[in-house]
Amino acid sequence: MNYVADVRALARKDLLLELRARDTLPAMLLFVVATFVVFHFSLPSGSSKLAASGLLWVAIVFTALLGLGRAFVPEREQHVLDGLVLAPCDRSAIWLAKGIATFAFLAAAEIVALPVFALFFHGIGVATVAAVVLADVGICSVGTFLGAMAVATRARDLLLPLLFLPLAIPIVVGGVGASVVSAPGRYLAFLALYDLLFGVLCWATFEYVVAEAQ
Amino acid sequence: MNVVGRSYRIPLPALAAASLVLVTTALAMAFYVVPNDADQGFSQRVFYFHVPIAFTAYACFAGGAWKAFRHLWKRDPNADLESYVAVHQGLIFGSLVLITGSIWAKISWGHWWLWSEDQLVLFLVLFLFYSAYFMLRFSVDPGPQRANLSAVYALFGVVLIPVSFLAIRIAKHFIHPIVFTSNVSSNLPGWMLVTYCVAQAALLVLAYTLYRVELSGKWLDARLRELRAA
Repeated sequence: MNYVADVRALARKDLLLELRARDTLPAMLLFVVATFVVFHFSLPSGSSKLAASGLLWVAIVFTALLGLGRAFVPEREQHVLDGLVLAPCDRSAIWLAKGIATFAFLAAAEIVALPVFALFFHGIGVATVAAVVLADVGICSVGTFLGAMAVATRARDLLLPLLFLPLAIPIVVGGVGASVVSAPGRYLAFLALYDLLFGVLCWATFEYVVAEAQ
Repeated sequence: MNVVGRSYRIPLPALAAASLVLVTTALAMAFYVVPNDADQGFSQRVFYFHVPIAFTAYACFAGGAWKAFRHLWKRDPNADLESYVAVHQGLIFGSLVLITGSIWAKISWGHWWLWSEDQLVLFLVLFLFYSAYFMLRFSVDPGPQRANLSAVYALFGVVLIPVSFLAIRIAKHFIHPIVFTSNVSSNLPGWMLVTYCVAQAALLVLAYTLYRVELSGKWLDARLRELRAA
């Protein structure tokens, strides 16, 4: 149970840091509400409800991107990553803990964003909420992984959206599908499959992202 | 990590000659031997390049991922450069898929771009994904970390290909209810099948030749750098 304890300690550190500094979450909240307002003006009157459902997913992906861009900034600025890599814990625990912390931020932002969306546009079904939860798992696992990659490069924040968006297309497909069709089962299953496949891949390869090999 | 290069059984000039012969044969067969398609007429001949190029691009991406895997698993000192060169060839052939597919779509359906063509949309996603591979690679200084990041990203690619394919298929149910189907891909009669196979072989050999040419150039560069540093 050493692994679980490591993950818990690392995730706790991130949550505590956010609780004290309040860097990321307020920014994500403001961003997502501002995006909704922009969407209202970019949808001409008479646009279908379906268009708004699609835009909800655009808002979620970009809000997540905002949070993910910040995820490894403290590690970078304080050189924490070097210390973490030296620590006698499995490297994938770093990814898992960071993923859990970003999931918590994203979920907190969505707990506000989804009711605001319902208020501004139209009501949201259970299928959409289920899709949002499944999509969050995928977004956070892949996004955290790519965030760790991006901080290792010179381009840094510039690179993350370029790396992330092609990988987010299947998530958007699954999410929009689940929110607009009457039988969302296959789309939810697709999102779960995505989470499983990329979750395992990230977990297995994270070591190579943080470790300076040989 | 020193780049040492690798010796191959088939020499490069022989490969170049083989690809020249095969590509010429494939071109001649596609334009002169094969009869017009009953349905689409002359324009269907682009099929003999479009589909083999697409298959070759997949082969390059798969090869790049295999070399990436070798790099991470066996620490093969050549694998990083080989993976990069394979992905590079894959991106070149992937762009050709977009161009030939676009030509075919224009002639068959009157539009340069069709979201209902799975293959085209998938290659657009892959094009974006692998373009980001180059952004990533050239944003890190050469060394073990660059090799690791590139390898991991190339591995993501082979998982993304089937996942994106599935995503594009299921997206059709809410984006495009009407599905265009082309009837060329099933049951190719006689000469059409032979021409397809020749074109496929020609493009695979061509891609391999280009891969070897680029690789030998890169090895030469690396050796030169080492000599200069020494």
